[in-house]
Amino acid sequence: MNGYLFHLWYIPALPFAGFLINGLLGGRLPKWLVTTIALLAPLGSFLAVLGNSFGFFGDMPMPSPLPIVETCPHPWLAIASLHVDFSFVLDQLSLVMLLVVTGVGFLIHVYSVGYMRDDPGYARYFSYLNLFLFFMTTLVLAGNVLLMFVGWEGVGLASYLLIGFWFQKQSAAAAGKKAFIVNRIGDFGFLIGIFLLLANFGTLTFSEISTKLAANPVWTGGVLTVICLCLLMGAAGKSAQLPLYVWLPDAMEGPTPVSALIHAATMVTAGVYLIARTHFLFDRAPIALATVAIVGAATAIFAATIALAQNDIKRVLAYSTISQLGYMFLACGVAAYSAAIFHLVTHAFFKALLFLAAGSVIHAMGGEQDMRKMGGLRKKLPVTFWTMTVAVFTIAGFPPLAAFFSKDAILYAAFAQGTQGKILWFVGILTAMLTALYMFRLWYMTFFGESRTADAHPHESPWSMRAPLIILALLSVCGGWIGIVRFSAFLAPSVGLHPAVSGTPHLELILTIVAVLVALEGWLIADKYYRRKTERPAQLAAAMPAGYKFLANKYYVDEIYNVILVKPLFAASQYVLGWVIDTGILGGAAWLLAGTANLSGMILQRWQSGNLRSYAAWLTAAAAVLLLFVFYGSIGTYLGAHGIGLQLNLHWMGH
Amino acid sequence: MSLLAHDVPLTWYLLLSAVLFSLGVVGFLIKRNLITVFMSIELMLNAVNLSFVAFAYQWHEVKGQIFVFFVMMVAAAEAAVGLAIIIAVFRVRATLAVDRIDLMKL
Repeated sequence: MNGYLFHLWYIPALPFAGFLINGLLGGRLPKWLVTTIALLAPLGSFLAVLGNSFGFFGDMPMPSPLPIVETCPHPWLAIASLHVDFSFVLDQLSLVMLLVVTGVGFLIHVYSVGYMRDDPGYARYFSYLNLFLFFMTTLVLAGNVLLMFVGWEGVGLASYLLIGFWFQKQSAAAAGKKAFIVNRIGDFGFLIGIFLLLANFGTLTFSEISTKLAANPVWTGGVLTVICLCLLMGAAGKSAQLPLYVWLPDAMEGPTPVSALIHAATMVTAGVYLIARTHFLFDRAPIALATVAIVGAATAIFAATIALAQNDIKRVLAYSTISQLGYMFLACGVAAYSAAIFHLVTHAFFKALLFLAAGSVIHAMGGEQDMRKMGGLRKKLPVTFWTMTVAVFTIAGFPPLAAFFSKDAILYAAFAQGTQGKILWFVGILTAMLTALYMFRLWYMTFFGESRTADAHPHESPWSMRAPLIILALLSVCGGWIGIVRFSAFLAPSVGLHPAVSGTPHLELILTIVAVLVALEGWLIADKYYRRKTERPAQLAAAMPAGYKFLANKYYVDEIYNVILVKPLFAASQYVLGWVIDTGILGGAAWLLAGTANLSGMILQRWQSGNLRSYAAWLTAAAAVLLLFVFYGSIGTYLGAHGIGLQLNLHWMGH
Repeated sequence: MSLLAHDVPLTWYLLLSAVLFSLGVVGFLIKRNLITVFMSIELMLNAVNLSFVAFAYQWHEVKGQIFVFFVMMVAAAEAAVGLAIIIAVFRVRATLAVDRIDLMKL
């Protein structure tokens, strides 16, 4: 359908084929074949994306071939005026997203080959991973909200399956369920948003909604605000924002490459993608947009403070992910969508790298995740150490690494947004400081000082794990060099241009210097407290026990949700639904029906006497009654005027 | 037209048929001997046959007479099967009293 080498539907179809083959036959195939199929699927998708992207990059600056649209000739739904197609759209936004999803996805597949080598569920693991890529690419490519929702739910399913991959572990199974249920709350909002879109626009196709909005320039606020808030609810669920973030830290029960792919680089950014995709709605709903910004900023600083006091290496990274997603929401909230997507891309690089490096550490420590038991790994794991170092400096925002550019773009766009923007900027810069602090804390606790476990014999990971680390480290270094100005220009046809990205360089320079100084400050604090003197953090914690406990227990949010939501729901299920409705009404009704049938059976049983003559008598009586009915029924019309005897006589005389 | 038609009106045949049928019903209800009950059924069938024939003659309609042949055939078959059952029952129970033959009761 397009003039390029690859159809768009190849992109999701390849991982789906991989899922089918490995899912159905994987247990019987030899391991090398499982590996080959599992790796070829994402690689093929990535090449298909690249093949299509030549159309964009072929002759810069682009006279871009307008978005490539591929539609299945058979409609999906055609009910009255509602018409929904299976349609894929490749524009600048989905291209960037796809490059990240399939590219980083492929690297993590390669890493998984080493990480999951000895797992008995090897084929199952890769079939799930391919299934995830299928749904994620569907989500990104979808040309209408409904198809996007299919992908949206599908990645939720894949996430659930992979969090609970080691389902024999009670905590992993529970974490999978938690992720699914919390996401369901967000999806409820998303679904309401879809219905409202349908009711107000009569279509679900992004381009048509955008056209209708453009044709009606005075339409702002009102129902658009409601729609956007509903979409935000869905986005907050998927992207782990306040107040629906609670599932993401628990999702760390899954294998580490899964945490890297799904719960850091790709799936959790789907909420940001959704907002960028529907930006034409948010642009008309200032209240919803402000809500997005506030949710993002609040989440960023909230999660960053929690990350300060966690000891599980993966949990620190999980809260860091939530915090960085908050940055992206913040950028969306000030309408700097290209900055949000820019940070999404760089975050995918460095956060995947952080998780994979952490996975390498965990692998080396034989499954240990507690940072208090690590230390001194710098010499033992040189590749992991250096790649992790790159990632830590990147996320802290030091130039000229990737996140420096993207975080800077977000903070600058916020600062240029008036008084509210100044507050957002301040929260953002504070979060940047905390980010540097907790990342360097992790760095020092893991790699520096003396080993705190006597019997551990850490060993460097195999090459299949080291190679993705190195590639991602290179991307983390260079990923930002394209620069926000060029990146925004590229994305402009999809998400519009934010005025601030081409603002006054003087102000931008000052803000940049402030950001770097703040990051440096975070590093210095971490250096002071965590480098060698391991007793210092303990002293600090002892100095303000209440505050430390508050942070270490994650503000008791899980406990609060448990008391105000989970417990009442359980009680309502048990007492109202269980006792009153199930046992009382439903059980009672069944009992009543059975009792009535039993009783009438006992009465009617008497009729069945077994006496032949009584049967005969009933038969005769019934026949007599029947005859009587027939006779009197017809007698009115028949006898009416003549009388039966007369009638017979008339015939008699006729012959 | 015919001799019979002028001599005996249809009503008489119907009355005779009704009397015979009623006798059959009463016998069916009050008799205790299985064979008598059986004969009562035959009596009812033949009462119906009589009215069929009378009507057929009255209306010059041959269908009624054909129907009578069917009824007679069914009655013959019924007699064969019924008598066989009665003999079988008698061999087992050594009685033909209807009130005693109540093993089908729960």
